[in-house]
Amino acid sequence: MKFLIPALMVLSASSMLYAAQPDAAQSRIGFTLKQLNVPMDGAFRKVSGTVNLDLKKPAAGKADLIIDTNSISLPTREAEAEARKKDWFNVAQYPTARFVSSSIKPLGGNRFQVAGKLTLKGITRDVSAPFTARQDGKLTVVEGTLPISRTQFKIGEGEWADTGTVADEVAIKFKVAFSGN
Amino acid sequence: MPTVDRYPTLSILMHWVMALLIVAAFGLALYFDDLPLSPTKFKLIGWHKWLGITALALVALRLVIRLLTKAPPLPAHMSRLEKLAASGGHLLLYVLMFAIPLSGWAMSSALGFKVVYLTVLPLPDLVAQNEALGETLKAVHGTLNWILAACVAGHVAFAIKHHVIDRDGTLFRMSFKTPRN
Repeated sequence: MKFLIPALMVLSASSMLYAAQPDAAQSRIGFTLKQLNVPMDGAFRKVSGTVNLDLKKPAAGKADLIIDTNSISLPTREAEAEARKKDWFNVAQYPTARFVSSSIKPLGGNRFQVAGKLTLKGITRDVSAPFTARQDGKLTVVEGTLPISRTQFKIGEGEWADTGTVADEVAIKFKVAFSGN
Repeated sequence: MPTVDRYPTLSILMHWVMALLIVAAFGLALYFDDLPLSPTKFKLIGWHKWLGITALALVALRLVIRLLTKAPPLPAHMSRLEKLAASGGHLLLYVLMFAIPLSGWAMSSALGFKVVYLTVLPLPDLVAQNEALGETLKAVHGTLNWILAACVAGHVAFAIKHHVIDRDGTLFRMSFKTPRN
């Protein structure tokens, strides 16, 4: 115990100062959309930014995630090309999407609730999602699902704004791994 | 005009429903194949898949009934070779009626677009997601359809030949009404 307490103090002190970058290999911003009730999975391969979260002091945690919209991955090249266009993510004008947390609350056990601002295609909205956190070796892995309305962010304009084919609700499945804590 | 034995009424019904399904699914695909991605295209592809899955279920039922019941005899004037050719043609039609929807289903699985029958019944994936395999299956699905188109053209041409040239009443085997003597 004599050496454990100083060690913990050092660890927690470092975690307060240290804002980690998401681990490129482990982090993934996936999503599932439905067209005619057919689930279709996609993802953004590149997520950067900073995460600072001590699971013992979640309220002090902060996340600022930047998603490269051009890194979108869909089942076919044709769908990817379509998704980069103006009606969808308009990657030429909006190359990044961003999530900035405003609060992180413990829900008990390994469950937490994060609230913050999501900016997609230049439109910022307040969002909130529960997530779980676990330790995987040196990495802290945070995972959760955030349902959003795609039309609120103008993802799918023009003829795509019709939600009869591509549903309005899109589930964003985030997995962010970062070192520290 | 000689009187002929007809197929069982259920078989006749299924034959003509199948003909409609094939023409509808084939025509839809011809139309949407070149369309750019749009909600309309998604809808048409959805309907095409439902028609195909319906055809697959129907052909399975038809095969069982065909194996359990005896087909009406072929006209006596046909040579052994002609009868063999007719049976071979019918066998090929059956093989294609199975192979085409199955290849379409597998292609959907490989391309990552699941088949959800009538938006309510999700069908299992036949193969794992793999875009290259999906493109191959797409080509196979297309080629098989052109072979089917040729077979159907032959099927129709021979039916007309029997009716108009041989005047042997073969066409009435698949008619709901037998001619009056």
